[in-house]
Amino acid sequence: MYRNLVCKEVLYQGHGNQTKNAYFAAPEGAGPFPAVVFIHHLPGWNEVCIETVRRFAHHGYMAISMNLYSAYGEGDADDIGARARADGGVSDEQMLGDVAGATAYLRAQAGANGKVGVMGYCSGGRQAFLCAGRLPDLDAAIDCWGGRVMVKDASALNANQPVAPIDYAKDINCPVLGLFGNDDKEPDPDQVNKTEEILKSLGKTYEFHRYDGAGHAFFDWSRPSYRPEQAMDGWKKIFAFLGKHLA
Amino acid sequence: MCSYITEIVAISGSGKGRNDWTPLDKAVIYYDHPVHAPFDHALNIDFTNSVTNERVAVELSAQSARDLIARIEAALNSGDAVHLGSQDAIRQKLAGGRQADLTTEHVPPFI
Repeated sequence: MYRNLVCKEVLYQGHGNQTKNAYFAAPEGAGPFPAVVFIHHLPGWNEVCIETVRRFAHHGYMAISMNLYSAYGEGDADDIGARARADGGVSDEQMLGDVAGATAYLRAQAGANGKVGVMGYCSGGRQAFLCAGRLPDLDAAIDCWGGRVMVKDASALNANQPVAPIDYAKDINCPVLGLFGNDDKEPDPDQVNKTEEILKSLGKTYEFHRYDGAGHAFFDWSRPSYRPEQAMDGWKKIFAFLGKHLA
Repeated sequence: MCSYITEIVAISGSGKGRNDWTPLDKAVIYYDHPVHAPFDHALNIDFTNSVTNERVAVELSAQSARDLIARIEAALNSGDAVHLGSQDAIRQKLAGGRQADLTTEHVPPFI
């Protein structure tokens, strides 16, 4: 574990080469350190993002969480998230541009080993899966209970999210880790099974772990959905996966 | 999941926000993860001022949202009967009828 960390808000070049803000954390020292991009979920760029980035740093990773809602101004995370939602949320293209920019930022840091993974919860999990198919230079992707990776009908698609991430599965160029609760409704176990079948049929490298007694967002200690045993096992799976693929 | 299920409607009114009353011109309604209410999913409404971006937010359980819809309808129907001058409804109320949402405060002074 790395007790001494460098943690700070930073600027990076996101989608459209726009300067945006993000939170960055890394262990002190020369490295080399692997790196993780953490994508926040739809409700906003909140304290969970800061904690998660610091957690990765504590375990020896450089990590960054971009504020996907930087265009919506400053304020409480839930207020900014509400503005973004009322505006239809961010597009997949913006998200992909922001992740690509954050990935480049991490690789440019002194001490980076050049390997970068992406991870997200919920809508961020969907986006991490999408990144795996759309950003070919990623080294790992972690989908934590991402809904609508596979859509049940076309009404779930719109101008901002025009294509289901599963449709880019053939282009996935990195190992994928999936963590899911068996009581989740979106993605439900059937969707998870079908997603796995597709990855398997395409010959992709993946690990899916399913948890009984857990539903959606079982990592979130602030919500009734929190399941401590499943969450801690999930974190072990995450660090084992990243240790294997980003070293 | 983060559902993106969002309905938006123009409204006209006011709400009391963080500091003071503010005009409201838009309601954003979504059935998704709440920030504070202890549910996996909730019916959330942001009553907003689209100029200042102020909002008055509520997060309701699905059942309480449905109950609220029904009681809003009931209150509106009863209120319309009184304020828009349905003499029959008012006479029924004054006669001890079962118009639960009519109150004497709502009875126009000309009666």
